[in-house]
Amino acid sequence: MRQGKYPFVIGFLAAPVALYCVFVVSPVVQAFQLSFTQWRGFAPPKWIGLDNYRRLVEDGNFWKAISHHAILLVALPLITIVISLFFSFLLNVGGRSRGGVTTGIWGSKFYRVVFFLPQVLAVAIIAVLFQTVYRPNESGLINGVLMKLGLDPVFFLVDKNIALWSIIGVLVWQAVGFYVVLFSAGMSSIPSDIYEAAALDGAGKFTLFFRVTLPLLWSTLQVAWVYLGIAAFDAFAVVNVLSIGNNGGPDGATTVLAIEIYRNMQESKLGYASAMGVALFFLSITFAALTLRVSRRETVEYS
Amino acid sequence: MSQLPDSTSDLSRRSLLRGAAAAGLLVIPTTSLLSACATGGDDTPDTPAGGGEKSDKNPLGVKEDAQLEVVIFNGGYGEKYATDVHEPLYKKAFPNATVKHSSTQEISTILQPRFAAGDPPDFVNNSGTKLMDFGALVADQQLADLTPLWDAPSVDDPSKKVRDTVVAGTVDVGSFNGKPFVLYYVSTVFGLWYSGKLFKDKGWTVPDNWDAFLTLLGDIKKEGIIPYAYAGKNAPYYQYNVILTHAAKIGGGDVLKNIDNLEDGAWKVDAVKQAAEAWGSLIGKGLMDKSHEGLIHTEVQLQQNQNKVAFYPSGDWLEGEQAKTTPPGFEYQMATLPSLSSSDKMPAGTLRATAGEGYVVPAKGKNVAGGMEYMRQMLSKEGGRGFTEVVKAPTVVLGASEGYAFPPGVASSQKALAAAGANVVNLFFDGWYKDLESEARVATNELMFGRINADQFCERMQKKADEVKKDDAVTKFKR
Repeated sequence: MRQGKYPFVIGFLAAPVALYCVFVVSPVVQAFQLSFTQWRGFAPPKWIGLDNYRRLVEDGNFWKAISHHAILLVALPLITIVISLFFSFLLNVGGRSRGGVTTGIWGSKFYRVVFFLPQVLAVAIIAVLFQTVYRPNESGLINGVLMKLGLDPVFFLVDKNIALWSIIGVLVWQAVGFYVVLFSAGMSSIPSDIYEAAALDGAGKFTLFFRVTLPLLWSTLQVAWVYLGIAAFDAFAVVNVLSIGNNGGPDGATTVLAIEIYRNMQESKLGYASAMGVALFFLSITFAALTLRVSRRETVEYS
Repeated sequence: MSQLPDSTSDLSRRSLLRGAAAAGLLVIPTTSLLSACATGGDDTPDTPAGGGEKSDKNPLGVKEDAQLEVVIFNGGYGEKYATDVHEPLYKKAFPNATVKHSSTQEISTILQPRFAAGDPPDFVNNSGTKLMDFGALVADQQLADLTPLWDAPSVDDPSKKVRDTVVAGTVDVGSFNGKPFVLYYVSTVFGLWYSGKLFKDKGWTVPDNWDAFLTLLGDIKKEGIIPYAYAGKNAPYYQYNVILTHAAKIGGGDVLKNIDNLEDGAWKVDAVKQAAEAWGSLIGKGLMDKSHEGLIHTEVQLQQNQNKVAFYPSGDWLEGEQAKTTPPGFEYQMATLPSLSSSDKMPAGTLRATAGEGYVVPAKGKNVAGGMEYMRQMLSKEGGRGFTEVVKAPTVVLGASEGYAFPPGVASSQKALAAAGANVVNLFFDGWYKDLESEARVATNELMFGRINADQFCERMQKKADEVKKDDAVTKFKR
């Protein structure tokens, strides 16, 4: 093994590293290069230094997108995690304890499948589905019911005040299933004797959850937060299909960075779009680094 | 005419793996790999290729046996008109030539990389939601100047130049700063569309002045029909088109010319303000429905087919687009915009007409002369007639659809066009300045659904127009 160890390792690494370089590293490096140029996509790019970044600072839509990311960054993980934790607690330890062993509520296996279902659908399909759910007239799923009841329709995606929240609703609906499964896995790895011991000491459901489950799930929660935070920097497909004008409308009320990048590309401002891409790149990286740092805690190892 | 986004990643697993293996072999000579990507090389433009002997039958000097590569947008008009009409015409003129035909719904996805790499096809139908930006193509000198085509003798009558065999304004529509680069082929007329049957049954006639028009909308509302609608989600441009055409009617054709030329204060003139005020007042009077801001064009058009909506602004592609959902006897009709007052500068029949569906010859194609010759064949009477018979839409070729029985809607719009005579206006900024166009869509929704007033509309548009004017990264056009 000692002989030829490096050729062996390199042999295995060459293909994936090359793939990674061609399809990930090189586009990123190129985006950095392009962000200093003015390029329409036909003739070669023209170097313009920091002009794109100067323009970025003055771009109202860019700042709108950033502020929406700030809302998404807090709301999306928070709502998703709270709902998924609640569901997975019910599925795993929310039921009656039988012979000292805690179990999920009745029918939990069925619910698990139901919760996971949205995860199997492509994002674009989900967005198209919600187009019908949110449709502002009597043929919309929600408004159809409201109007039958004689209530005024709610203009989910049209009303500037609730458009972004309607989008967040879709993102949460789609994400919850995955995190229910993730947290369930985390919970099932918590030894049941801990629950037993706590239960013997007279702990109720609430105490069990807050004193046992939550602390022992910490590292899983942390992962979930990072994943969801990164998802909060995307949201492109849902906004693109659902928003008014398909570009973050009404009047930029639901726009996100990926939408702004796409729009500028369509307007043949590829250099400027790249500059936004670079900004997005640093935002996501900073977020991931920060979260991992802030939420660092000792992890518990079961012996 | 838009489609839902659908995935078209054609990268098969096999070709991916093959690429990966190749990449692995390269042991990552990073710099060369990186520079080989998207931005392409800076080839010096070749001299217009494909030269042959010029003759009476071959005025553009096409090389008789050269291959011609044609790419058609397979959208609302399909590709049959190309494969069944125009390509055979070309083959008839040049029996030794081969025509390489392909079609796609994603023009820019397929062709932009080829342009960047200096290897474009010879003839492109640049259209659809994924069309390439014409302004950018022109600014980057990717398109062949079509002057030789327009000055060439026409197929049917060699004593006439091609430019004299098409509807007036066709050459201008495809010109950038006075140079023709695009052939717009389909004659398009804009107006207000309604069901001839519904209006006949109810005894309504479309008046030619604004006050009577408002009264009619009120009567329609009493019948439980939404008087006026457009699709706010994806088609607000149908409505700014109405507002601006109306503004031209009030203040004369120069109103639009000034807007296109980004003149100072062009959006803040009284004509634009009055038009915006008139149309913006509908929602407050309950003559429009709020839910339409969240619907797409096909949803609203379907409602019109169900007689839930009376007037719908659109171009004359509407009838063909709706053919499948239109109930028998619906009988589409088109009305022109009513006059706002007796002091309007242009008469009631004034309308916006233009030529649509763009075709270009790439400057770096291998057979530039062939691409233009293909256009010359399209512009023959036989070419125009064949197109009209296949897709049921009129072309810019004069007299090509004579005697052809159009369906009622297009027949009425053609009649309106003939009646308008010289009172035809057009606008160009929407194709020249994408940024300004996006802003016009947003501002139109804001205005029409009652969140801003006419003054704020003009203010907002002027601000954006000024920004575009100041931005030296944007190539400017004049007409």
